[in-house]
Amino acid sequence: MRAFTRGLLGIAGFLVLWELLGRSPLIPAHALPPPSVVFGELVTQLTSPEFIGHVVATVLALLIAIVIAIAIAVPSGLVLGSVPAVRHATRAVVEFLRPIPSVALIPLALVMLGFGPETKITLAVYAALWPILFNTIYALDELDPLLVDTARVFGTGRLGVLFLVALPSALPFVLTGIRLAATTALIVMVSVELMAGSQIGLGYFIMEARSGPGRMDQVLVGTVVAGAIGVLLNNGLERVRRRWVAW
Amino acid sequence: MSNMLEVADLGHTYGDYEAIGGLSFTVRAGELVCVVGPSGCGKSTLLRTISGLIEPSRGDVSLKGSHLAVVFQDYSRSLFPWLTVQGNVEFPLRSLPRAERRVRAAEALEWVGLSGAARKRPWQLSGGMQQRVAIARALAYRPSLLLMDEPFASVDAQTRFELEDLLLRVRREHDTTVLVVTHDIDESVYLGDRILVLSGSPARLVADLEVPLPAERDQVTTRTDEGFVALRSKVARLLNVGKPSMDVEKWAEAERESLSETVSS
Amino acid sequence: MTKFLQRWTVFAGLVAVWQLLGWFADDPFFPPPSKIVSAAWDWWVLEPENFTGHVVPSVVRLLSGWVIASVLGVSLGLLLGRSDRAMEYAGPLLVFLRSIPPPALVPVFLLLFKAGTSMQLATIVFGVIWPVLLNSVDGARSVDVTKVDTSAVFRIPRWQWVLGVVLPAASPKIFAGLRVSLSLSLVLMVISELVGTDNGIGSQLMQAQREFDYTRMWAGIVLLGVLGYGLNTALLAVERRALAWQPRSRDEQHA
Repeated sequence: MRAFTRGLLGIAGFLVLWELLGRSPLIPAHALPPPSVVFGELVTQLTSPEFIGHVVATVLALLIAIVIAIAIAVPSGLVLGSVPAVRHATRAVVEFLRPIPSVALIPLALVMLGFGPETKITLAVYAALWPILFNTIYALDELDPLLVDTARVFGTGRLGVLFLVALPSALPFVLTGIRLAATTALIVMVSVELMAGSQIGLGYFIMEARSGPGRMDQVLVGTVVAGAIGVLLNNGLERVRRRWVAW
Repeated sequence: MSNMLEVADLGHTYGDYEAIGGLSFTVRAGELVCVVGPSGCGKSTLLRTISGLIEPSRGDVSLKGSHLAVVFQDYSRSLFPWLTVQGNVEFPLRSLPRAERRVRAAEALEWVGLSGAARKRPWQLSGGMQQRVAIARALAYRPSLLLMDEPFASVDAQTRFELEDLLLRVRREHDTTVLVVTHDIDESVYLGDRILVLSGSPARLVADLEVPLPAERDQVTTRTDEGFVALRSKVARLLNVGKPSMDVEKWAEAERESLSETVSS
Repeated sequence: MTKFLQRWTVFAGLVAVWQLLGWFADDPFFPPPSKIVSAAWDWWVLEPENFTGHVVPSVVRLLSGWVIASVLGVSLGLLLGRSDRAMEYAGPLLVFLRSIPPPALVPVFLLLFKAGTSMQLATIVFGVIWPVLLNSVDGARSVDVTKVDTSAVFRIPRWQWVLGVVLPAASPKIFAGLRVSLSLSLVLMVISELVGTDNGIGSQLMQAQREFDYTRMWAGIVLLGVLGYGLNTALLAVERRALAWQPRSRDEQHA
């Protein structure tokens, strides 16, 4: 409980610093509105259905992207992790694809997929694939051979071993991968909304607030809400991992 | 002979739990003193207060001279894997000029018979050799008191004998003052000039025994010497060994645990 | 050696298939590799000012942002990691700051620093500092009790404690963080260039898109992939040397 209080104090200290900075003459007033202003605006926005619509759009697209990424990456990870030949064969391809930043694909995705939600979901999926894939492969590497042998002794087949032994013991790593992927996907999602001008979403809200009336308080409201979504996602997934995967 | 270490009415409590309850004893210069007591009796708290790692709740620890070195039980953790054997021995000597550091490290490694391993990493050596590195590091520091915390509890029996003899030789040749904390009765009799027997928690001094054995000791003849056997039985009786008391049960349990830790590490 | 052959054969095979498909399909969105390579050649080799004016500044920004973030992240992380109290104060704040998508702050940085290099550096540093910082905290916490005691008993000086014990003990975790940060730097470099400037690989990509020049767009994407691969390989080589003291030689990990 005291640690919790200290944490709150830390955040409070940060807000005070920001308030002072925002009100100091060192920084142009319109560039960094102080938290008192931003939180006022935050309350206003949270009651506006339009803003809630943007938030829902982003979160929904994010969840869809994460589910698709899991559906692709976990099976691929299981195959790559348990069949060494496939893994070595595809290694160069994977190592080349992975470092391509998803944002570099924005122009391409825009011309191919247009300005709808498909673009941002596709790009977020691309970004979210890698942490899940690599954590799944890594988990299979760490698999205790004794467990496999035990299962084999009891007459479990290759597929049985995969689903009854490998997958459960890989689950904690996979969940960690999903947590990392969710954070990355959020970044990509908001970036794409910001730059590719889709018509709805938190990133779009931020861009509109900036380029139209230059309302920096609204920009920061969007930023704070995006950060909050990130914290919730991260903590929620961490809690899931601790609760359901206690081994 | 002057006193190297004087401990007066030393006591320590963690919250409500009293770990040490008023200990007074001295260690004379050049002496090797063994502290023996049941596991969990506060021996490591004693060691930590003497070495200054924790501030005792009451009482005084005064050490003649400023340097003090500790050899911990867990050699695999007390040595730094990113340094070579030589780097580890030089670790406490950073304030000295480089050339002197080299000389001291080489010297200390020679004392423990590891001159050839100076360039290796500690984890490339066997457990017994690693503990010799830790001893060399402590000796290179030229401590006025060398503290050892169950130093040979994590090595196999054969190695243990070798290390015991190494310790006896080194401290005789270099006139080092040593305080060994152990729960092994045989080891305390074999190594010590004096034995301090502690009771279970809170730790209190039960007996302060002189060891009536010649300075020159031998793993075979000393251990069958009448004086050795008699003293061992005496210490065992003081510690209540063989009587089915709770303490002994706990002690045996702890013993098994420390053994299984050794095996798994 | 057979593994090496195996993996590059598959890679070459895929490129060849793409080439054939590209020829036959003749789809403007998917130009064959040969066209991409020749576009890249024309763009950056035959017009070297494109290379020195766009690619080089991008890489310089990326690396300086990463280095600044790494130095800040490691020093702050080691400091926080060795004090439970400090971490209690800063922990929740760090979790929140880390969760902010850095591009969302680009408008703020644009106003604070004006468009240009300092704004781009700010974006990169803010975006990539968290993995290094949090991993350094983790690493600094992982110094085991025996090593802490050993250092205390020998009364080593403060600098030796930090540089000789905490830093090496934390280094495996720090390197894991550095790798994540490096690949993130590439992402943020592109983002900051898409909005912030008229030079750099990102702005060239945007320009290619506006001109519907898909071949150049592909060339840019491939260049970024090569860049990411090269940087990661270089860092891995450094890591392998720096962590050669580790008892178990670890398999190449992709964190």
